[in-house]
Amino acid sequence: MIEGLNKIFESRVRLGIMSVLMVNDWIDFNTLKELLGVTDGNLASHINGLEKNEYIEVRKEFVGKKPKTSFGATKLGKKAFKEHLTALENLLKKNT
Amino acid sequence: MDNTKQHLESLSEIKNLMERSSKFISLSGLSGIVAGITALAGATFAYLRLNFYLNTTSFDRYTTRAISSTDLTTLTIELIGIAAAVLIISVSAGILLTIKETKKNKQSIWDKNSKLLLINLLIPLCAGGIFGLILIYHQLFVLVAPITLIFYGLALVNASKYTLNDIKYLGILEIILGLISAVFVGKGLLFWAIGFGILHIVYGTLMHFKYNRS
Repeated sequence: MIEGLNKIFESRVRLGIMSVLMVNDWIDFNTLKELLGVTDGNLASHINGLEKNEYIEVRKEFVGKKPKTSFGATKLGKKAFKEHLTALENLLKKNT
Repeated sequence: MDNTKQHLESLSEIKNLMERSSKFISLSGLSGIVAGITALAGATFAYLRLNFYLNTTSFDRYTTRAISSTDLTTLTIELIGIAAAVLIISVSAGILLTIKETKKNKQSIWDKNSKLLLINLLIPLCAGGIFGLILIYHQLFVLVAPITLIFYGLALVNASKYTLNDIKYLGILEIILGLISAVFVGKGLLFWAIGFGILHIVYGTLMHFKYNRS
């Protein structure tokens, strides 16, 4: 960890997932996939990683007969993301 | 430094994703320009019809008294027809240009955000439109331009939370213009041409160069 930067957010996809979840309460898998422009497998593995760290929570529901999976950021996840943002901003201030 | 560049890229990507996922940002500036030009054409046409029937462009209870009630009905229907044509042309052009813009931004034209935008725009807008028609029914013509401008402005301010924030300032300008036009009764057409014509063209041009040009 360099000066408060969170290793988990080193991946662009994970950073992207958290950005979207900061401004949306719940978002489903397909919308997230479209927004980030990644493949199913890629997105699923990064979601797993974030879930393991308890940064996001998963909600499964049925829309008609189709299962729909939605994701939301946890308090812990939001806090971690904000700290990461502050660290990024501080680093930029220092370097300019 | 390479790191700095990387961090800057991260930050701008975060901002971009937050906007793209929570707001409908694919408004087309060109559609504002088209709407403005259509409104100006409509206003010119309305001006000619008013001159033809009333020999003046002031459409109020004094000038309308000079003509027969059949003529007044025909004139009212013609003016509503012109307004409806302007509305239909600008809305269709707006939808087409917006669809084009969504493709560029990889946004969907019909998603949660565009629905929120539309419903928040339509509630004040429909209220204002119906109010305007009721005023015409009561022959309170002088209030139609102020009311439509004010309600349109309120609709834009209300909808601006779900799209580009700049729309809010256009809304505020429309409200101010509507209030001023309520003071200068009888000059409705002029204010209408400024509010729906000129402001749209100016704003559409600004938006086009700020967001869409690429």
